[in-house]
Amino acid sequence: MIAVIDCGGANLRSVSYALECLNVKYQISINKKQIKNSNAIIIPGVGAAKNVMNNLNKYDLINTIKEYKKPVLGICVGMQIFYDFSEEENEKCLGLIPGKIKRFRNNNLTIPHMGWNKVIFNDDSFNECNGFYYFANSYYADVNKYTFGKYTYGSTFSAFVRKDNFFGVQFHPEKSSKNGSKFLMQFLKQL
Amino acid sequence: MLTKRIIPCLDVKNGKVVKGVQFKNHKIIGDPIKLASKYSEENADELVFYDVYSSVESKSVSLSWVNEIAQNINIPFCVAGGIKNIKKAKEVLHMGADKVSINTPAVENPKLISELAKTFGSQCVVIGIDSYFDQTNYIVYAKTGSAKARYEVGKNTLDWVKEVQDRGAGEIVLNCINRDGVKEGYDIDQLTMIREVCKVPLIASGGAGKKEHFKKVFENSNVDGALAASIFHDNDISISELKSYLKDQKIKVRK
Repeated sequence: MIAVIDCGGANLRSVSYALECLNVKYQISINKKQIKNSNAIIIPGVGAAKNVMNNLNKYDLINTIKEYKKPVLGICVGMQIFYDFSEEENEKCLGLIPGKIKRFRNNNLTIPHMGWNKVIFNDDSFNECNGFYYFANSYYADVNKYTFGKYTYGSTFSAFVRKDNFFGVQFHPEKSSKNGSKFLMQFLKQL
Repeated sequence: MLTKRIIPCLDVKNGKVVKGVQFKNHKIIGDPIKLASKYSEENADELVFYDVYSSVESKSVSLSWVNEIAQNINIPFCVAGGIKNIKKAKEVLHMGADKVSINTPAVENPKLISELAKTFGSQCVVIGIDSYFDQTNYIVYAKTGSAKARYEVGKNTLDWVKEVQDRGAGEIVLNCINRDGVKEGYDIDQLTMIREVCKVPLIASGGAGKKEHFKKVFENSNVDGALAASIFHDNDISISELKSYLKDQKIKVRK
């Protein structure tokens, strides 16, 4: 059973449908015990890092997530909260991956970064997932040693990060058509 | 690099996709889920569903089809028409839509834009602007869904574009009314002028009639996406063919 954490994001439904299409058993949950007993966690995120963090705090799930040893997938803002800090409303995040989430500041680019961009993976398990994915973000994660997939928008940024059992994607696999399903399948193989 | 988006627009009335001239004499052309799946298969980058009835009749109708769309396609989609408040936007987003597009309600209550952006994030908030060229200026119109109800808002399009961005719009769809439905090409002059001040994604709407029109609007006005309806519904060209053509023309598209 996969626990999809309901942290108030609007893409909860889309993530659930994507799992249904792959015939994966999941439970939308904010229940600590249920989450601890799951085989994997998905943290879908749409909106602001503060909203997601507030919800995780409200349901007392911060430590549950930090101490979880099975695979965790953070999507979009769900990935951004893995870092130390987000510039978006200056929010302290989970601190699982070192670094800071920043706002795009290039005047020559339209912001949000919205639409389909190419992701190049550099990870043995995900190398076959190269291709276009759907993004909708105004904040980004720099490339660091936990970056295993990149996209380019003026400069190069983290599209896919991985540290221990924590996997994070800046794009929305649930909205990325066939490539998105392929990526999710690959994540599920980590279980 | 980010690719240019091709966005088919589907007018929905009572759960069916319709086509009509000036919103009269609606003809049913299909089932939203079937058409959405077809366009998605052809590699459409995104879909817009325009709820005709809610918008024109100021009535709230059942949106259960939104839920069905979300269950059946896995590309982003936006719902437009009749979204007048946070409650309605929340309903649509929680059914699985990725964005809501507001037009007349934004004109009548500009604060709604900032409220939506604050509640759901800018990336969910699309502002539709109906712009009319009166042979001197580009001006904003509202309630364009009905010939009787439409009115001139008293705002210059350029100023309104700046204002909606300041209020937190995450994307702008500029519908050039003079070009709407005539298949003679997008309004390049206007879109180029708006592009200069538009720092959020800009989507061209109104006028697509052949593949060359898409090439021209991407090359000359540097818009992020191009929206079209009849060219796709009439099967003048398929999205796959259009994208192959654009790729050959060195325009970055997702194939």
